[in-house]
Amino acid sequence: MKSPDILTKESEPMTAQSAHNIILDSPGASASLVAAARSNEAQVIAFAPPRAPFAERMWAVAQSWFAVIVPPIIVLCALLLVWELASGGPKASLPPPSKIWADAKDLIVDPFFVNGPQDIGLGLRVMTSLQRVVMGFGLAAIAGILLGALVGQSVWAMRGLDPIFQVLRTVPPLAWLPISLAAFRDANPSAIFVIFITAIWPIIINTAVGIRNIPQDYRNVAAVLRLNHLEFFWRIMIPSAAPYIFTGLRIGIGLSWLAIVAAEMLTGGVGIGFFIWDAWNSSRLSDIVVALVYIGIVGFVLDRMVAGIGHLATRGTQAT
Amino acid sequence: MTPFLKVDHVSKSFARGTATTEVLRDIDLTIARGSYVSIIGHSGCGKSTLLNLVAGLTPITTGAILLENQEVREPGPDRAVVFQNHSLLPWLSVYANVKLAVDKVFGNSKSRAERHDWTMHNLDLVQMTHAKDKLPAEISGGMKQRVGIARALAMEPKVLLLDEPFGALDALTRAHLQDSVMQIHARLGNTVIMITHDVDEAVLPSDRIVMMTNGPSATIGEILDVALPRPRKRLELSSDPTYLRARESVLKFLYERHRAPSLQAA
Ligand SMILES: Nc1ncnc2c1ncn2[C@@H]1O[C@H](COP(=O)(O)OP(=O)(O)OP(=O)(O)O)[C@@H](O)[C@H]1O
Ligand SMILES: [Mg+2]
Repeated sequence: MKSPDILTKESEPMTAQSAHNIILDSPGASASLVAAARSNEAQVIAFAPPRAPFAERMWAVAQSWFAVIVPPIIVLCALLLVWELASGGPKASLPPPSKIWADAKDLIVDPFFVNGPQDIGLGLRVMTSLQRVVMGFGLAAIAGILLGALVGQSVWAMRGLDPIFQVLRTVPPLAWLPISLAAFRDANPSAIFVIFITAIWPIIINTAVGIRNIPQDYRNVAAVLRLNHLEFFWRIMIPSAAPYIFTGLRIGIGLSWLAIVAAEMLTGGVGIGFFIWDAWNSSRLSDIVVALVYIGIVGFVLDRMVAGIGHLATRGTQAT
Repeated sequence: MTPFLKVDHVSKSFARGTATTEVLRDIDLTIARGSYVSIIGHSGCGKSTLLNLVAGLTPITTGAILLENQEVREPGPDRAVVFQNHSLLPWLSVYANVKLAVDKVFGNSKSRAERHDWTMHNLDLVQMTHAKDKLPAEISGGMKQRVGIARALAMEPKVLLLDEPFGALDALTRAHLQDSVMQIHARLGNTVIMITHDVDEAVLPSDRIVMMTNGPSATIGEILDVALPRPRKRLELSSDPTYLRARESVLKFLYERHRAPSLQAA
């Protein structure tokens, strides 16, 4: 009976005071500004007060972070618990979290250890996979934007190329692998090619749509200014189509990450994809689960990175 | 003396599949250097089409347009356009929008510092230097229109083409901008062709008012000379007999002799 009473008594004045502070904040500031305008010594007043509101603001930021971070952690813990209970029996086919921790502790705690050519941390494996993705995706971005610009700008290029693109883009990434192995005769360029060919279609198609949607007004401005093709490309096309281009890039990076794991399973090497295949062949199920978590997190980070860059790059374009 | 700008028996048809519609027929017009000409007519009669022909943005079907004896075949910075919806590039700041035009037109003839100064000078003409680092989305409609005018002026065009430049603005901003365009015209002496729907907007600044008949196959119905001394003051003119007569004849043309097609049918 007593303790809840104390709790409310303690928390009530706190919220009341914070509200009080927020309300007083702006009139107080403007009042001191007015005072500053009237006499010079009032400047001291203008700079003195902000300490308490700063702490309040930090508290608010912390609270909002708290609201973002805590719910997924709770859900995660619940899921782990259910998993632990479900696969805890002796006949379970999948390892419970506790067993994974015991089996793969070194993989979890140190992503960057090196014990030999094939015994390295998952962070390092992810790095090699990422290198391939960066190569393949980078090439796909450049080629995709250029081809998309061509298809979007020229009716004849669209009539000629679009049907071919529409057919090729439905080919699953791995179906390209034998052809590219035959063409490059080496695992690494083949994997990069598979990334490239997987990521390029959404980039081409979205860029083309973005360029077809450039408002006639901007084309008129370019015509009156007599912008040449290169200037038109950089000054009008790219910025105007940027939101579409970044949508394509974002889909593309997601597909790249999907394809690299599958491609590496077949081509071997030290990538994260091959690690999973290798672990499966030697029945290290715990290692596979850890690798899946790595892949998920990296994919998430990649997606957010492209989205973030896109957000920065298209600040002006959204609102007309 | 050869005329400054000559629209010589110009017709324009749009073809769509097998059907062609004639929008403009036999437009004949000469415009003197430094004059202010308004084009007025009901919606859809082909005013924008005519302006785009002069700008070179759409090809002419028959006839020719000559600017200083040179045939107009393509768009260019000597015929700067202020579009109805401002058409600023939203990813460039106010300054960069004007600077793009300045760099393009004076890239070879002015130094970097001169181009900066010229950009600032033109922003100053329309009183927009205070917002030079803002993006178009961050300024009001009237401000955008002013930046559009600054961009056009910065090209030092032979002809300034205004397509309903104040159409989307409230009455007060509109009057204010009309005055500043008049002042700029008085100061720089450039040739202006302006499209408008509004009778006062046509009479107040113009030397001549071109009144167009209704489409399809619209043509020039009448040209009215406005012989009022400059500078013109909005308030003084509102009771001036010459002004009122000019206003009345435009109104008569629009609402008695060439009523809007929809009204005629009713
Ligand atoms: N590209 C085009 N193709 C086919 N028809 C067109 C095209 N552009 C304009 N027209 C037609 O030409 C006519 C005149 O159009 P225009 O835009 O010049 O009218 P306007 O006088 O500027 O009208 P408003 O005052 O409403 O702006 C319209 O009937 C329109 O349908
Ligand atoms: Mg129009």
